[in-house]
Amino acid sequence: MDSSPKKVLLDPLVDNNPVTLQVLGICSALAVTTNVLNSLIMSAALTVVCIFSNGAVSAIRRHIPGSIRIIVQMTIIASLVIVVDQLLKAFAFEASRTLSVFIGLIITNCIVLGRAEAFASKNPVGLSMLDGLGNGLGYSLVLIIVGAVRELFGSGSLLGYVVLNPEQDGGWYVTNGMLLLPPSAFFIIGLMIWGLRTWKRDQVEPEEFQIHQIHRQEVL
Amino acid sequence: MIRGLLNLPNDDSRKIIFVAVTLCLVCSLMVSTAAVLLAPIQAAEKQESLRRNVLITAGLLDADDEDANVAQLFMQMEAQIVDLDTGEFASNINALSFDPVRARRDPALSDELDEDADVAGIDRRERYIRVYIVRDGEKISRLVLPIRGRGLWSTLYAFIAVEGDFNTVAAVNFFEHGETPGLADIDDPDWQSMWVGRQIFDAAGDPRLRVIRGRVNQQSPSAINELDGISGATLTGNGVSNLLAFWFGDMGYRTFLSNLRTQGA
Repeated sequence: MDSSPKKVLLDPLVDNNPVTLQVLGICSALAVTTNVLNSLIMSAALTVVCIFSNGAVSAIRRHIPGSIRIIVQMTIIASLVIVVDQLLKAFAFEASRTLSVFIGLIITNCIVLGRAEAFASKNPVGLSMLDGLGNGLGYSLVLIIVGAVRELFGSGSLLGYVVLNPEQDGGWYVTNGMLLLPPSAFFIIGLMIWGLRTWKRDQVEPEEFQIHQIHRQEVL
Repeated sequence: MIRGLLNLPNDDSRKIIFVAVTLCLVCSLMVSTAAVLLAPIQAAEKQESLRRNVLITAGLLDADDEDANVAQLFMQMEAQIVDLDTGEFASNINALSFDPVRARRDPALSDELDEDADVAGIDRRERYIRVYIVRDGEKISRLVLPIRGRGLWSTLYAFIAVEGDFNTVAAVNFFEHGETPGLADIDDPDWQSMWVGRQIFDAAGDPRLRVIRGRVNQQSPSAINELDGISGATLTGNGVSNLLAFWFGDMGYRTFLSNLRTQGA
């Protein structure tokens, strides 16, 4: 595996995006992307957790006993998430209310544990933190795009500023209420994955099962 | 000794225990430091948010207005302590230094409810409670009352604003709850806006306002006392109905409100 710092940082943005290629962290991507602001806060929270959990796991990687390594990683991640949650409660009270449980649920976000286990436990601290940053940004990129699409077409605004004047406020734009519901994020992410894999053919996974045609001999 | 432990092979059980204990100590230290250092800021934010909620419920603050000077607006509100047993204002208690959380828990200031009386699932009911008053001249035009009760997973906290007839709901604001996000969205503005204009009591003066299952049939004679249920949140809705029954019943504001009504007439 090539591990130049630049590649570690930039690969997770498009070529090895944790959401669109590895299809991780989907739950929160569906739940919090009703508007751009929520997406931004969630992205920032996850990126911070990912950077520092990678850093901490990497720093003690030579001393983590194999038999308890997952629980060690989870403890680090959980502590970081609580700290981030406390920070949000102190400095972004309203946002922490809207995001409610989803900040806490960063603990269960597969991206964080996945990077700790797959990268940080084998690589030096600096590189691991860079990898955390890269993956956090990859996740953020998807979240912000989905959040922007949903807010723009679902409520006619971006970051709270009115772009398409909605009909209920006397404008012309009929808002698409479905975009404010979680399933719409599924469609948007699905379309993104489709588009990305059409552009970058090497992201297409080989089929796991080949369906063979069986010519039956006996007369039915 | 630490060096000796660190030099042990990673699968040695002494090292496993050492790593686990050290990690837990370091992590708990980090978490508790953050919690302790941030507690005062969080408390201030929480108070600000509580005040905002009172002001929004009273109709003095627009929910989208982020820049308003909450502290200053709040000073214009009149806070009063109500004695729930007699239904009178307890003017001997200073409403500004009153601590509602303490009043709720202090055995001297609150009574334990027995199971039959505890409709709202709150265990203890305080004798004194702080309410907020908006006046139009001398007359009370709006009354903001704190209410609470158990939902499915958590205690629901709300302010309900009552019009000057002491029966019609002017606004409601569920500002704190731990119900399932996305399902039991009782803090949803659309749902809360449906409360406006509903009546708490029936003609006989009994508390009737409740959340029903499904949509309210506007033709039905009881529609004025009914609120749409939230699908997927039946139990939270029942919790809301129960807390309304409790807080506007004999243990709650019923005596107080009927006193005000007779005084106003």
